Amino acid sequence: MSAAPIAKRILSAYVIFYVAILYFPVLLLPVFSFNDSATPKLPLVGFTFKWYESLSGNAAMQGAAWNSLIVGVSAAVLSTVLGICAARAITRHRFRGLGAASSLIMAPLILPEIIIAISLLVVLLGLGLQLSLVTVILGHLLICVPYSVTVLVSGFEGFDPSMEEASRDLGETSFGTLRRVTLPMLAPSIVSSLLVTFTISLDEFILAFFLSGTEPTLPVYIWGQLRFAAKLPNVLALGSILIAASLVLLTAAELFRRRAERKMELRP
Amino acid sequence: MPAERAAGLAPVTRFLATETGKGWLTISPPLLYAMLLLIGPIIVIVANSFWSQDYLTIDRTFTLENYKAALTEPIYRDLLMRSLFVSVTVAFVTVILAYPVAWFVSFHGGRYKGLWLFIITVPFWSGYLLRILSWKVILGYKGVLNETLLYLGVIAEPLSWLIYNVNAVIITLAHSWAAFAILPLFVSLEKLDRSLLEAAADLGDGPLRRFLRITLPLTMPGIVAALMIVMIPTVGDYVTPKLVGGKDGVMIANAIQVQFGKASNWPLGAALAVSTMIIVSMVAGAIVLLLAGLKRMLK
Repeated sequence: MSAAPIAKRILSAYVIFYVAILYFPVLLLPVFSFNDSATPKLPLVGFTFKWYESLSGNAAMQGAAWNSLIVGVSAAVLSTVLGICAARAITRHRFRGLGAASSLIMAPLILPEIIIAISLLVVLLGLGLQLSLVTVILGHLLICVPYSVTVLVSGFEGFDPSMEEASRDLGETSFGTLRRVTLPMLAPSIVSSLLVTFTISLDEFILAFFLSGTEPTLPVYIWGQLRFAAKLPNVLALGSILIAASLVLLTAAELFRRRAERKMELRP
Repeated sequence: MPAERAAGLAPVTRFLATETGKGWLTISPPLLYAMLLLIGPIIVIVANSFWSQDYLTIDRTFTLENYKAALTEPIYRDLLMRSLFVSVTVAFVTVILAYPVAWFVSFHGGRYKGLWLFIITVPFWSGYLLRILSWKVILGYKGVLNETLLYLGVIAEPLSWLIYNVNAVIITLAHSWAAFAILPLFVSLEKLDRSLLEAAADLGDGPLRRFLRITLPLTMPGIVAALMIVMIPTVGDYVTPKLVGGKDGVMIANAIQVQFGKASNWPLGAALAVSTMIIVSMVAGAIVLLLAGLKRMLK
């Protein structure tokens, strides 16, 4: 009988080791971003804020940050709107072709991003469009919608369709039902979807790299800076800020998702 | 006239009033988007791969020359083979390493399952470029790993084979995609009927037999899904080979990028991309069949 606890202890130790390895590279760069040395290597020499301070006067970086913000907010809002349509169809309607349609919408999740990037590039240039933030947003929408759908499907599953029926029976129009019943019930999932998709867009590199033209987003800006060894500490500082921002956004998204789940549990 | 038009539209309105019609109407915005910006462009890329390019003009006469180059020229053939090798290895390594973790969360996670999944998946979402850069800092000649081993006296001089090769690419990719493999494994373990395991234990099956005859076959769909969602995207990874792969770790995405950038030969780049997708789909199909066979054997 003593075999089971030992096996469980080995398994627990493995899981802790696994999670530590997962986080080690993510947390290593922030450590070096505070290190008073121009190259990221051991041993650490001294604590400094100077790599962060020198970011504040960097106009190119701030331009890229602004671009990332525009792209992220647009991609988040638009993909959540499209995600609501898809999630509603998946959870509230049964019809022939639903499976095929939803697989197509979810496909960007497993396609290599370079394939999506070059196909879009060829078509957009072929149509005579200039590469700009708009083209980056178009690309980001493709990869953000599947995540919106995932978050929102569980949101729709979380509330009883009979509430919408009741609203319509009591004389609300379809739009009134949407505004006064569906959207308030979905609110936590919608917020969660906005935060997750914003984070994905903020972090995305390949599509932005191919489609951004002369207006870089933050990851594209970072990629450009990697050519200059002397800029590495600044890149580490900027990267650390991005990682911290992602962690905050994702934690918020998770808290909203939980709230949506709790709402579901309260259901009679 | 308006009445006639209304009559012409009647079948459409009737269709939209049915359950199927309502469903299609609801899903149409995201579906049209995917058609226009995914299927459309992929068709254009496939068409491009059968054309040829002379400086800046595209010649639209049908040709198989690009595919001949993509599949027979040693450089492209080697890059394709290497990319396949890397993605298949990464997929199996990630799934094998992630399985016990998914098991732990599903069987011992208790009320913290959600929190565990969150903790495990968070690194996947944050700092894609930075995580790869971090491996460069860890595996580099004067990197964290070498310095630590030197300090501990394990080695006398820095190891030069840690970075700028295929292994470095595999390690970095396996780390990047770890979280993605956990989710389908976890879902399939959650669906596993625990009473089957108890019944087998009551009938005298040991832990290994229980795993091989019950858990493994019944979670096979999750394993297959996890392998696919790691293998297919990683075959086209661009940044990892570029940062930690060096000369020996270049992959097909780097060659595709060159054709759409400096070399500016779109048709050849398109043929490389299409060949990669077809070959990786074939390998994916073979793995699915193989694992289905294994499942039948175990049962």
